[in-house]
Amino acid sequence: MTLDSLGVGERGVVVSIEGTDTVAVRLAEMGVIDGEEIELVGTAPFGDPLEFSLRGYRLSLRKAEAARVNIEPLKSK
Amino acid sequence: MSNAAGPLHVALIGNPNTGKSTLFNALSGQNVRTGNFPGVTVEAKSTTFTVDGQQIHLTDLPGTYSLSPRSLDEMVAVDVLLGTAANMIAPEVVVCVADAANLERNLYLYTQLLDLNLPFVLVLNMWDNAGRKGIEVDVEKLQASLGVHVVTTVADQGVGIADVKSAILAAKNQSLPQRPNLPAELAAAVSDLRSEFDSPPADFLLLRGLLDINGETEKRLAKLTHDKKFLDALNCHREKLATSGFRIPVAESRWRYDWIREHLKHCVVSTQAGQRTLSDRIDKVLTHRIGGVFVFLLTMLLVFQAIYTFAAPFSDAIGWVQDSASASVESVVPPGILRSLLVDGAIAGVGGVVVFLPQIVFLFLCIGILEDCGYMARAAFLADRLMAPLGLNGRSFVPLMSSFACAVPGIMATRTIENWRDRMVTILIAPLMSCSARWPVYMLLTSAFVPDEYLGGWLSLRALVLFGMHFVGLLFAIPIAWILRKFWFQGESSLFVMEMPDYKTPSWKVVGGRVLEQGREFLVRAGTLIFCTSILVWAAAYFPGDHTRLYEVQTELENIEQNETLIDISQEKIDELVAEHNLLNGELIEASYLGQAGHFIAPAIRPLGWDWKIGVAVIASFPAREVVIAAMGTIYSLGADVDEESSDLKETMKKATWADGRPIFTLPVALSIMVFFALCSQCAATLMVIRRETNSWRWALFTFTYMTLLAYAGAWVTVQVGNWLFV
Repeated sequence: MTLDSLGVGERGVVVSIEGTDTVAVRLAEMGVIDGEEIELVGTAPFGDPLEFSLRGYRLSLRKAEAARVNIEPLKSK
Repeated sequence: MSNAAGPLHVALIGNPNTGKSTLFNALSGQNVRTGNFPGVTVEAKSTTFTVDGQQIHLTDLPGTYSLSPRSLDEMVAVDVLLGTAANMIAPEVVVCVADAANLERNLYLYTQLLDLNLPFVLVLNMWDNAGRKGIEVDVEKLQASLGVHVVTTVADQGVGIADVKSAILAAKNQSLPQRPNLPAELAAAVSDLRSEFDSPPADFLLLRGLLDINGETEKRLAKLTHDKKFLDALNCHREKLATSGFRIPVAESRWRYDWIREHLKHCVVSTQAGQRTLSDRIDKVLTHRIGGVFVFLLTMLLVFQAIYTFAAPFSDAIGWVQDSASASVESVVPPGILRSLLVDGAIAGVGGVVVFLPQIVFLFLCIGILEDCGYMARAAFLADRLMAPLGLNGRSFVPLMSSFACAVPGIMATRTIENWRDRMVTILIAPLMSCSARWPVYMLLTSAFVPDEYLGGWLSLRALVLFGMHFVGLLFAIPIAWILRKFWFQGESSLFVMEMPDYKTPSWKVVGGRVLEQGREFLVRAGTLIFCTSILVWAAAYFPGDHTRLYEVQTELENIEQNETLIDISQEKIDELVAEHNLLNGELIEASYLGQAGHFIAPAIRPLGWDWKIGVAVIASFPAREVVIAAMGTIYSLGADVDEESSDLKETMKKATWADGRPIFTLPVALSIMVFFALCSQCAATLMVIRRETNSWRWALFTFTYMTLLAYAGAWVTVQVGNWLFV
C-alpha cells in the first residue's frame, strides 16, 4: 500500500519511493527512507494535505506526494 | 586564501525554522547590509563585527533543507560557499545552525556541507525548546563524535551569542570535522568525472552534479565542458552506480542518514519519546478539520482587518500631514512652477511612498508573529487546497489575500514562499487581486452609470456590479498563473513537502526587528523609485504649457481668500475666476505631454468607445489608480479636488458627448473602464516593488505589459458584449 492510504493515527514502515524526480529527492532528503517508521497524525479540511510524524518531527505532504511512498502497514500500538 | 590583516569571511547556513535569521541579527547588532545576490531574487544579507580585535565578515545564506540546487536561486548558496559567486570571497569558516530538538533531520544539510572541506561551527539553536521536549543532547560527546565545535544557543533571548563568536575565531585554526566517507564506487565515479576536465572544478561540484539528476550543478558542469557528451558520461556513471547498489537519489539520503544516526546514537536521548508534547496538543486543535478552519478564518480575517482597517487611521494621518505640508508651502511660495514642483511633485511623491508604510508595518507585524510562533506553516497547510487551482501551494495564500487590500505589502509578503517559481508566479499575479485603490473607480462609475434597479425586486444591480468587479482579477489570475507556469516557470511542479515546526511563544525582539527591517527597506529601496516616478509624471503633466495666466488667476483668487473682508467683490466674479482657473487647468493638461499622449493613443482606444479625455485620465493614473478621479476632474475643468462622491463630476461625465451628439459614457463604456481598471497595472508603487523583489526591471515591465494588454482586451470584450446586450 502507499503512504496516502493510512488512516489518522495509523503507522507504517517505508518500503520504497517511486521515481527519481524532485518529489522523490525531496522526500528522501526529508528522511522518508526505506525502513523508517512513519505515522499519519492529521489531515487538512479536504483530506489534503496530510501531516505525518517521523524521525521526531512533523512533515506535511500532499496526497499525491504521499502516494509516491510504498509502505508496509504496522499494527497500532 | 586567508590574510592575517583582513576580515575573516564566514557563511551562515541552516534549515528553515531554526531561528537562523534571529541568530544572524543577534550576531550583527545594527550593522547589516542588505541587497540581492547578483542576477537572482535571493536576498543577500551581510554584516561585519569584531571579536578580540579580529574583524569578521558574516554572510547569511537562505534557509534550506538540503544543498541540492534545483534552480539558479538555490545555486547561489553553493556559489557563495565555493567562492565562485561574483564579488564574493570564499568563506573560511561555515556556521551551520540546527534546531536542537530536531537534530537528525537538521544534520542532513550539515553532512552535505561537510563535503566542502571547510572548518565548521555547529550551533544548536532553540536549546530551551529541546529541553522542554525532553530531548537531552550531550554536547561533549557530540563534539567528540562529530569532531566539530558545538555551541548551544537561545538566539531570541541572546543566550550563547558570545560563545558563537569565539567559536568562529577558534574554528579557523581547528582541524576539519569528521565527514561521512564517500562509498568507494561514488569516489571512483567522481575521480573519473574529474578527468573529463582540463581544469577540473571543485570535487564538491562534481559530486553534486552526479547526485542531483536534472539539477543546477549538472547544467553548470555541462557548460564548463562545452561538451554535450558530458551529460551522457554522467548518466553512464549513474547507471553504473545503480547496478552496484547505489541508486540515486535515495541512496545518498540513506548513506547520510545512516551516518547521522550512527553519530547521534550515544549523544541524544529523548526522555519523552512517543508522548504527545504541548505542541502536539495545540496542533490537534489548530489543524482540526472544523476547529482548525474556524481559527484559520478568524486569524486571516484579523490579518486582513489589520492591513485594511487598523492601518487606515495611520494612512489618514499621513494624508493629513501631507495636506498641511502642502498648505504651508502654498502660504510661503507664490503660485508658479516651484510651488507646483514642491506640492504636486515632491510632497505628493513623498506622501505616495509613506502612505504604504502603515499597511506594510501591520502586515509584517502579523506575519512576524505568525511565523515566529509556528502558525504560518499550519495556515499554509490549511490553505493549500485553496491554492490548487492556481497551481501554487498554501504559502501563497497570505500574500494573495493581503493583495486584496494592497499589492505592495502583498508582494513583499511573498518572501515567506521558499520555492522561487511559486514566489515569482505569486508576485506576478498579486496585482490582479482587487485592491482597495480600485474601489473609488468602481464607486464613481457604478453610481453614475449603473441604474439603481433591483433584479427580481431585491438584488441591487449596483451591488452586483461592485461585487462582480472584485472577482474579475481573481478569475483571470487562474489562467495567467497557468500560462506563467507553462512558459516561463516550467519545471518542477509546486511541492508541499514541508516541515511543521513546533509552536513557540513569539519573541517581540524578532517580530519588531522584522517590521523595522521591512519598513526601512521599502522606504530606501522601493521608495526612491516610487518618488522618482511621481516626479516624472508631474513633469509630463506640467510641461510644455504656458502657465502664466493660470498663476495670475490663482494669485488673484488667493488674494481674495486671504482678504475676504477687505475686498469688495461679488460672488459672481469669484465664481467666474474659479471657472476660468479650472478651464485653464483643463486646457493645460490637454496641452501637456500627458495630454498629447492621450491624443496619441486616441485611435487605439477608439474601439473601446473611449475618447481622448478618458485616455489622458488613464495615462495620468499611472502612479496610482485612484488618481484617475482627480485627473477626470481636471480634464473636465472641475478642478482636481473631486472625489468618487462628487455629483458635479458624475453630471459632467453624463453630459459628455461625441462630436455627433452621442453620449460618450454609456453603460457598456462605464463597465469597460471598470474592467480595465480591475485588470491594468496602473500603480507605479506595485511595479517598483516588483522590480525590487525580483531584482530585475524585466519582470516589472513584463507585469505592466501583460496586465495592460489583458485590461485592454477585457475592456474591449466588455464594450462589445455590452453594446450587443444593451444597445
